[in-house]
Amino acid sequence: MATAVAHDHGHGDGHAVHPPTSTGLNTWKVGFWVFMGSETLFFGTLIGTYMVYRGTSVVGPYPQDILDIPLTTLSTFVLLMSSLAVVLALEFLQQGRRNLALFWTMMIIVLGCGFLGFQAYEFTHFYKEGLTLSTNMFGSTFFVLTGFHGAHVTVGVIWLLVLWFDMFRGHMGPQNALRLEIAGLYWHFVDIVWIVIFTLVYLMEFI
Amino acid sequence: MADHHVTRNAHAEAHAHGQPHDHTTGPDATPHVGWKKYVVVGVILSVVTAMEVAAVETHVFPPHLVVPILLVLTAAKFFLVVLYYMHLKMDHAIFGRVFWAPMFLSVLVVVGLILLFHVVPTWGKFSN
Repeated sequence: MATAVAHDHGHGDGHAVHPPTSTGLNTWKVGFWVFMGSETLFFGTLIGTYMVYRGTSVVGPYPQDILDIPLTTLSTFVLLMSSLAVVLALEFLQQGRRNLALFWTMMIIVLGCGFLGFQAYEFTHFYKEGLTLSTNMFGSTFFVLTGFHGAHVTVGVIWLLVLWFDMFRGHMGPQNALRLEIAGLYWHFVDIVWIVIFTLVYLMEFI
Repeated sequence: MADHHVTRNAHAEAHAHGQPHDHTTGPDATPHVGWKKYVVVGVILSVVTAMEVAAVETHVFPPHLVVPILLVLTAAKFFLVVLYYMHLKMDHAIFGRVFWAPMFLSVLVVVGLILLFHVVPTWGKFSN
């Protein structure tokens, strides 16, 4: 059996240090995929709960009264484009093109903040229309599902801000691009959850 | 496939002996798709989103057809992001296994709940 001695591969940056693994795969990356597997069940139960109580509200406002498809389509587009920005940032970081990597990482942050802005506007608008967490079943399930998703986006924005500052200070390069790759996986996961929410929660209400 | 295993074993050997090795070429290296392909996938994602909204807003299709159309388009977007942006198409099979298994379970839970609460209760009504 291999001696489990941590080594830093000569990068000297402290981030690439990890013990040897029998698969040769980075344990952070494997662990993060496992974490995302558990997150699918987390969001699966929230989406399942929304679908169970769909159409059971006995008082308004009802989904058809307040959901705004054009606005949500725009926020969906913003989130999809942020996923494109992630892969571009990673590609350029791996190529050692620091300025382009910095630019695209900042674009992810800006687009992520844009999405959160749309959500903040939507939540405020719904509140003014009389929809709260306790108004009806739609309010309860909608705010819990989209609120948890928004919380995930917020965590992603903070995470990417930290990485952007590290990149800006020259602490990140092709040798430890895995840090951005893992943050990117998280961001894409948040994106695919929204792809499902957009269809099941928003579009399905108008058929 | 054999080459992949050779590379992986060589990489594991390097790990085991604490030898310096390049993490941009080993099995834990991120597969390179190329920025042009990423942009193409981004354009496809945008077009499919527009198709979804059009299917709902234009009322061209009968309602019973819109649901399957939306589900297919959503699945297409989902797989595009997972396979190309998350690199599951090219990355190590272990990552796919630890992701698709709970994903399948999650879909099963959602479908099961919908059947249990929205479909099964209507069965008695149809027979009367």
